[in-house]
Amino acid sequence: MMILRESIVMKIHYGTALGAVFLTVIHILMRMTQDFHESLQYENVIANYQMIGYAIMLELLLILISVHGFNGLRVILLEMRQGPTYEKAVTYGCIASMAILIAYGSRTIIMTSMGMV
Amino acid sequence: MSELNQEISQEKSQTVLSPTKSVKLRISRSNPEVNSEERFDEFVIPVEKYTTVLDAILNVKSHLDHSVAVRYSCRQASCGSCGMKINGKPALACFTKVVELNTDTITVEPMDNFPIVRDLAVNFTRMFNNHKKIMPYVVREDSEIKPDTGVKEILQTPEDVDKYIQFSSCIKCGLCNSACPTMAMDTSFVGPQALAQAYRYIADTRDKGKDNRLKIIDDSHGIWRCHFAGSCSQVCPKGVDPAMGIQLLRSYLLGLRD
Ligand code: SF4
Ligand code: FES
Repeated sequence: MMILRESIVMKIHYGTALGAVFLTVIHILMRMTQDFHESLQYENVIANYQMIGYAIMLELLLILISVHGFNGLRVILLEMRQGPTYEKAVTYGCIASMAILIAYGSRTIIMTSMGMV
Repeated sequence: MSELNQEISQEKSQTVLSPTKSVKLRISRSNPEVNSEERFDEFVIPVEKYTTVLDAILNVKSHLDHSVAVRYSCRQASCGSCGMKINGKPALACFTKVVELNTDTITVEPMDNFPIVRDLAVNFTRMFNNHKKIMPYVVREDSEIKPDTGVKEILQTPEDVDKYIQFSSCIKCGLCNSACPTMAMDTSFVGPQALAQAYRYIADTRDKGKDNRLKIIDDSHGIWRCHFAGSCSQVCPKGVDPAMGIQLLRSYLLGLRD
């Protein structure tokens, strides 16, 4: 089952891992600008989403983690069982789940940053 | 008695013969053609300091039970036939001395990740097919044999040879595949033996088959399924270090080397 060459998929896998670690560090550092309990208060969370730079960072983080996570899941599932039908189902299933998660997460980020929540 | 003879006789009296000791050899017995049962038959075998595990098994075959199935040929770690699990670790039976195991009970089992033919003999078909798949030969248009001018040599410097010589020691014993955790799960995985050989030919300056080989291993059950457990290199009796070969191959696919 080959949509992209495996080496390209794995370059994306390693790249998204590095990107996600980098953005998670920024995300944690920004949480540290205030007390932990304050950072989870409703108004502060909404205010964060409404900072456009922060909202873009969260969207990027969502994409990077989803791509990395679902490719990791695909790899694990491909190692657990083999067979053309199963492998096709795993590949397309992971792509579809990844797209659904990104769409749902993006909807939350966009709605919140536009003040619709 | 002259002084010299006395010295010689003293020397002789100092020679200590290794005392014969006995070990218990537990041999895994199974025949998948008949049923799926596995049992262990136990034999007490005399051993000397030079007795190998293969010698002990052949002792059983000669004197106690002719029906034990074991594959072997060279008895000197060259043919790659006698791989098995010895006290749980993949090793060559002809290259493992009984005394070095430091135990009175030795358990021998067929290698993991290979279908069992009978007792200690396993089926190598999957490994040989994967080995063939990576084109284990020098690929090039011209030949070292010229019909008109005779033989021409394709020269290599000692540095060129150093790049692959370690990997050319592989005797296809399958111990690396047997120790590999991915081989245990993924029945389509190409395996450390074939990947190390892919590197051996790609690193050979005479070879022109790099692009084709890289395409073959750049597959969803190819090189990327190695998780670098490193167990292949730990068990290799010839120091091939397949795990290193795999990482070097990856660097071609990641564009870190040409
Ligand atoms: S790489 Fe080592 S362990 Fe693997 S088949 Fe070759 S000689 Fe045996
Ligand atoms: S008998 Fe040949 S390698 Fe052991």
